[in-house]
Amino acid sequence: MILQQLVNGLIIGSIYALIALGLTMIYGVLRILHVAHAGIYALGAYAGLVAYGLSQSFLLALLAAMVVAGAAGFGIQRYIYRPLFGTPPLVPLIASIGLFIFMEDLYRLIFGPNIIPLNAVWPSFALQWRGVKVTETQLVILLVTGLLLAVVWFFTEKTRLGLAWKAVAQDLEIAQAMGVNANLAVASNVVLGSVLAAAAGVLVAANYNEVYPTMGSVPAYKMLAIVVLGGLGNPVGTVLAGLLIGLVETLVVAYLGYKLPRDAIAFLALILVLMLKPQGLFARKGVG
Amino acid sequence: MSLYYYLVVGITLGLYSLLSLSLNIITGYAGQPTLGHAAFFGIGAYTSALLTTRAGLNFWLALPLSFLTAALVGWVVGLASLRVKEDFLAITTMGINFVVVSFFLYSPYFGGALGLGNIPAPALFGFSFDKTAYFGLVAVVTTAVILFSRFLEKTWMGLAFRALRDDEEAALANGIKVQAFKLWAFVLGTGLAGLTGSLYAHHITFISAGDFGFPLSITVLAMAVFGGLGTVEGALAGALILGLAPEVFRFLADYRMLVYGGLLVVMMLFKPSGLLGRTELKINLFRRLPARRRG
Repeated sequence: MILQQLVNGLIIGSIYALIALGLTMIYGVLRILHVAHAGIYALGAYAGLVAYGLSQSFLLALLAAMVVAGAAGFGIQRYIYRPLFGTPPLVPLIASIGLFIFMEDLYRLIFGPNIIPLNAVWPSFALQWRGVKVTETQLVILLVTGLLLAVVWFFTEKTRLGLAWKAVAQDLEIAQAMGVNANLAVASNVVLGSVLAAAAGVLVAANYNEVYPTMGSVPAYKMLAIVVLGGLGNPVGTVLAGLLIGLVETLVVAYLGYKLPRDAIAFLALILVLMLKPQGLFARKGVG
Repeated sequence: MSLYYYLVVGITLGLYSLLSLSLNIITGYAGQPTLGHAAFFGIGAYTSALLTTRAGLNFWLALPLSFLTAALVGWVVGLASLRVKEDFLAITTMGINFVVVSFFLYSPYFGGALGLGNIPAPALFGFSFDKTAYFGLVAVVTTAVILFSRFLEKTWMGLAFRALRDDEEAALANGIKVQAFKLWAFVLGTGLAGLTGSLYAHHITFISAGDFGFPLSITVLAMAVFGGLGTVEGALAGALILGLAPEVFRFLADYRMLVYGGLLVVMMLFKPSGLLGRTELKINLFRRLPARRRG
């Protein structure tokens, strides 16, 4: 029983990690709290829905969602965030919140306010081991998440682009003066982050078999909490914090019931941690 | 349209103005971002509702007590603002909004998902307030808060708020007790939000947790920002324009949030200081940024 809860918690947590990782990457480079990230996540789910309806292939749906979200991410950073560079943090934050409200309402107007099922079918198999069951959807989630985390790790640690992200994160002007193409670094960073969110959106839509306009609302706020817990802008800390929150939530709901509302847990943890350790659980030294 | 309709719209606009003005003290004057203003509005509403329906207190006692309760919680949140800044503070206050709402929603004492009903209208010397009198009451309170804000701008405290908003370190270096003034900003702003909550509860006579969620916090922030942070006229203009828009543009009702969100983005892109905002606010924060990025 406890093992099953641990597995469920880790799977939820890996999705949290996937969304939050994109958010933390974007914060790391742009220093903007990208609330509209959750709008991209819902966009991914809708794009996946449409593509799956057309092609009946989950892989194609996933890819289509990533492409659409990547393009949207590019547009957002080019036409909203870049012009707001150098303004006080409240300005892009409000713009991002406004954008998120705009996107949610746009989905409602286009697709209607109701829940639409995704109905993804795959070859039916489930792993069973000593009573612990992992469904095929959960396996796909683990697989895709693991793969994408590896891709992000590769980009940040092994490519010149990753180096450019780090340079821009430290100091935009100096990085530019050293010949780093800051525009490219920012754009590629946001695009990759958006791709991660879209993948998470499709996976969640497949797991719960539902897509609806406000599906990004709870993630929007919870991701912010997770990102801060992980030490804003710190990818490894964010993944750990995502897994941790997924686990804690699942265990609390399983053993304490709904006395403590699930979606408040992340924030309670956040408030506690911020009071005791203001730079987050996994803050790097000298950053923040 | 009946007189009753105009009175209700008038009261709603008055309440929005009060919320916008109270947020303006924290975010506009003192420069502390807060994304959880609705929580304090809710704390005031629940305090007043519980005191009048359960404890049998009358409205005139419950009103100041809801100011005090919200201010007390605001003081605790203000303590958080001494630990964390800017983006972190924004997320913390947002989290507080969620925690407060789920607190109301999940504890039976606060009526749970059913909310609290039968909140009495205020009465004075045996005269029970109808909507005309209530509109008068809200108008008087709003005028008082406008005058108080104006007064605050001219006091030493108002000056200290401005100093701490424009450059916290410089303010500290000049011997301003930054921490004490941050707490004062939170106490005053959240207290006034609580007072507004009490006015709301006795106007609407039924409250539930959903009325005080994060979207309302954003709406209020949007009003203050749209009008122009840091000025009384801005806070009022934002509340009146954005508060009245849904009534005037009924035919746009289905696109309301779309327009709202789009408006915020466009406003930030082209005039981040708001309609009537002071531009110096923007310039001052501009200069501080390079240091922050290197952090």
